[in-house]
Amino acid sequence: MISLNVNGKKFKVEVPPDTPLLWVIRDNLKLMGTKYGCGIGECGTCTVLINGKAARSCTIPVEQAKGKKIVTIEGIPEDHPVKKAWIKEQVVQCGYCQPGVILQVTALMAESPKPDAAKIIGKMNDIICRCGSYPRIKKGIKTAVQISRKEGQKT
Amino acid sequence: MKTSISRRDFLKGSLAAGFTIALSLTPSGFQLLNASDKKDLDTFKPNVWLQVTSDDWVTIAIGNSEMGQGVHTAQSMIIADELEADWKKVRVIQGGVADGFKSPLLKSQITVGSGSIRGFYEPLRKAGAAGRAVFLKAAAETWGVPEGECTAMLGKISHVKTKRTLSYGQLCAKAAKMDIPKDPPLKDPKEFRYMGKPMPRVDIPIKVAGKAVFGTDVDLKDLHHAVIARPPAYGARVLTYDAQGAEKVPGVVKVFQIPQGIAVCATSTAAALKGREVLKITWDKGTLPDMDNPSIEKTMMADLDRPGAKVIGIGDAQKALSEASLKLEQTYYVPFVAHATMEPMNCTAHVQGDRCEIWAPIQAQTVTQGLTAKIFGFAPEKVQVHTTYLGCGLGRRARPDFVFEAVGISKALGKPVKLLWTREDDIKYDAYRSAMTHRIQAGLDGQGRISGWNHKTACVSILKGINPAAIKNGVDYYCLWGLWDEDNSPHWNDRIQYEIPNLYIELNLTDLPIPVTPWRSVQNGPNAFPIECFIDELALKAGKDPLAFRLQNLQNNKRAKRVLETVAEKSGWGKPLPKGMGRGVAQHACFGTWVAQVAELSVDAKSGRVKVHRVVAAVDCGPVINPDPLVAQIEGAIIMALSTTLKEEVRFAKGGVASANFEDYNLLRMDETPEIEVHIVPSTDRIGGIGEPGVPPLAPAVANAFFNATGVRIRRIPLTPARVVEALKKG
Repeated sequence: MISLNVNGKKFKVEVPPDTPLLWVIRDNLKLMGTKYGCGIGECGTCTVLINGKAARSCTIPVEQAKGKKIVTIEGIPEDHPVKKAWIKEQVVQCGYCQPGVILQVTALMAESPKPDAAKIIGKMNDIICRCGSYPRIKKGIKTAVQISRKEGQKT
Repeated sequence: MKTSISRRDFLKGSLAAGFTIALSLTPSGFQLLNASDKKDLDTFKPNVWLQVTSDDWVTIAIGNSEMGQGVHTAQSMIIADELEADWKKVRVIQGGVADGFKSPLLKSQITVGSGSIRGFYEPLRKAGAAGRAVFLKAAAETWGVPEGECTAMLGKISHVKTKRTLSYGQLCAKAAKMDIPKDPPLKDPKEFRYMGKPMPRVDIPIKVAGKAVFGTDVDLKDLHHAVIARPPAYGARVLTYDAQGAEKVPGVVKVFQIPQGIAVCATSTAAALKGREVLKITWDKGTLPDMDNPSIEKTMMADLDRPGAKVIGIGDAQKALSEASLKLEQTYYVPFVAHATMEPMNCTAHVQGDRCEIWAPIQAQTVTQGLTAKIFGFAPEKVQVHTTYLGCGLGRRARPDFVFEAVGISKALGKPVKLLWTREDDIKYDAYRSAMTHRIQAGLDGQGRISGWNHKTACVSILKGINPAAIKNGVDYYCLWGLWDEDNSPHWNDRIQYEIPNLYIELNLTDLPIPVTPWRSVQNGPNAFPIECFIDELALKAGKDPLAFRLQNLQNNKRAKRVLETVAEKSGWGKPLPKGMGRGVAQHACFGTWVAQVAELSVDAKSGRVKVHRVVAAVDCGPVINPDPLVAQIEGAIIMALSTTLKEEVRFAKGGVASANFEDYNLLRMDETPEIEVHIVPSTDRIGGIGEPGVPPLAPAVANAFFNATGVRIRRIPLTPARVVEALKKG
C-alpha cells in the first residue's frame, strides 16, 4: 500500500512502487484531468505540482511521491487567477495540454509572481501545445499576474 | 449557457439515465436522456440540431467534432442567432451519429476540409430560423393576432400592441404540433445578434477546469487497458513472441496476436505497458527493409523523371515555354511529417454479442460507424458511436484505424477495452502528410506576365487509403490540392491562383509502403511551398518586387489581391528592415478562403539558426461567425506550419520509422514562436473555411524571407540549422 496526498485528500493505492505517478492518478484515483502526452517528460502535458513545484508525473515513480503534497488540475480552485485568466483570454484550443500548462504557470507564478519575458519562455518552453496556443499562453500569464495582483491572492 | 462533455455528464449520460447528454443513433440524430425532474417537460424539436424545452432551455446538438477550432460555439451561434435564442439559456452538446449531421458538401458526418461552417452555414441558419418561424406562428395563433404583428427576441415572442409575451418554453407544446417550414425567412445580416461578434467558446471553461472528457478519459465499469506491439518495419510479420512471459506481469490479463501486431490487455495502463516490454517479439524484415530518408528522396526525385498522369493541359505550355523571353526551372522537396496530436490515438470499445459501443476522439462519425459494422459484421444500427472531445484532430482522427483495433481487441477479450497508442506508437505508426517532389518550369512574356507553366509532381497517394475508386487515370486530386482540383470540387478553389494562359500539370503517385492521410490543409501546404517559392524566383527574374509581381499575375483575382494588399500594408512591405533581417511574402487559397502572409526573420550564419520574428497574416473568408477563434486558428496554423518549416521531418530507417517521441521528433515551442498579427479582411463574398487555410502560405513566406535576408534560395524544408549552414556555404 502506498499512501498519497492528492489535492489535500489522502489516498491508499496498491500498485507496484515503480508505477509512474501519472497512471496512478488516472487509473487508480480516476483524476482524469492529468493527461498522458509522451511518457518521457518532454511535453509537460502530465504536469502536476509536487510540494509546489511543477513535475512531470509520467516519469516519477509513485513511490517517490509518497508523503508529498500533490496537486492536480482538479485541485486548483476555479477562481484561481490562472484559471480565470485562461477563460478571459480564451487561451485554450483543443485543451488537452492545458491542465499541464496551467499547473506549469501556477508553479512559475508561485516562484516569480511577476515573471519577465525571458523567465516565462524559460519555464514554458518545457511544454508543447500542438494547437499553437503559445501567444495566448503568454497573454494568459500577463492577465493572471494582473488578476493575482488585484486580488492580492497568493498563487 | 452550458456545455458538454464533462466527465460526470458523459458517464451518466452514457451509462445510466441521468444528466442530459446527447446519445446517438436515433434516426433524428440525438435523444435526450432526461433526468427524472425533466420528465414532464414539453419538447419542441424541429430538426436534428435543436431542442427547446418548456423550462426555456435551448439545447443544441452539434454533429461536428470539437477539436479546439470552436465548432460547438460557432455552429450554435448560427442557430441561436436565427432562432433569436437567449445565449444564457443555450446549452451545447455533442450530437451522436445521424444522417441529419451529414455535411451537405462532403456527404458524410465528418469534420475535415475546413468544412463545418462553409458546409453548414445555410442549413444551420435555416434550422434556427425554422424554430423562430414556428414560435411566431404558435404565438400568433394563441393570441389570435396576425403573425406580422409579433416579434421574436431573446427567447420570447411579443405582441407589442397588447403588451403580451410568451416564452419559447411556454410555446413548446403548441410548436411541437405544428409543421416545420423548409424555407423560413432568414435574418438580414444587420440583425445578427451573435454572428460576427466575439463569443467566448462554450468548451473552454470545462477544459480549464480539467473536467472535459477526451478519448483517453473515458472510464467504464470493468474497463481493461490495451496496448499493441507493432512491427519495426512496414510489412514486417511476427515470427515469435513470449505471451507467457508477458502474462506473468501482474495485472496483465491476456496477450494475443492481431493483424496489427501483438495486443496486451491488462487491468491498468501501467501493467499493459510493462507487459508489452517483455514480449520478446522477433519480426521478419518487412516489405522494403532498406528504406530510409535518402532512398525515399531518391525515389520521389526519380518519379519526376518518369512519365506521369496528365492532370490538366490548358493551352500549350511547351510552346509558350519555347517562346518565352525569360525561363526558369527549379526542383523542390517537402518531407513526410507527422500529425503528433497531443492526445495520442486511443479508443474505448465494448463489444457485446451483436452490438458494439465506441467512445473515441474521432473526426469521421459516418465512416467510423459504417466501417466498424462492415469489418466486424455488425448491423450499422448496432454500432453506437460516442464522440468525445478531441485532443487536436489535424486530419489524423478522420482515419479510424485505432477504432477498429479497439473493437477487435474488445471482441477477442470479451470486455470493455481502452486502447492507448503511446507517443511512440502515435509517431511511428502515423499516416503522415505525404512528402512531395516538384519540378516547375515557367516562362515569362516581355511584360513580366507568366506565359507558360509546366509542373510535374510526385506524392504518395492519399485517396488509396480513403477512397481508391476516386483515383482516376492515375490522378489523385488530394495530392494536388493547392495546385489543381477537379471541377465542382466540394473543397472550393484549391487550384493555383495565378493567371496562367498555358498550363500543364502531371502527377506520379509514388510507390512506397508509407501510410499517408490528410494533415491540416492536406497537400495545400506541400503544393503552396514550391509554387510560392518559384513565384518569388520568377519575380526576381522579371526584375519585379515579389508583391508587385504577384499582383500583376492575379489581376482578376479580387480576393487574392485583397489579402495581398492588406498584408502588404499591415506588415509595412517595402519599408527598410534592420540589417540582417529579411522579409518574404506568400499567398494561397484553399477551402474557400484566401490567406496572405508576410514573414520577417534573421539568420545566424554560424549556427544556422533561423529566427522568425514576426508573421503578419491577412484572411478573406467571407462572413465571419466568431472572430476570436478564427484568429486563434490562424495563429495556430502559422505555428504548426512554422514547426514543419523549421523542424519537422520523419526519420525512416531499415524499412520502418526511426522517429519515436518528442525528443527526436521536435515540435515548435514557445521560444521559437514569432509575434503573430492576424487581419481579417471585411468581406461579404462566399463563406470559406478557417481551420486549415492559415497553413500553406507560411513555409514559402519564410523561405522567401530567408532569401531576402541571405540571398540564398531554399527549395527543401525543414530549415534545420545543419541544412541552413550547408545552404549558406553553397551560396
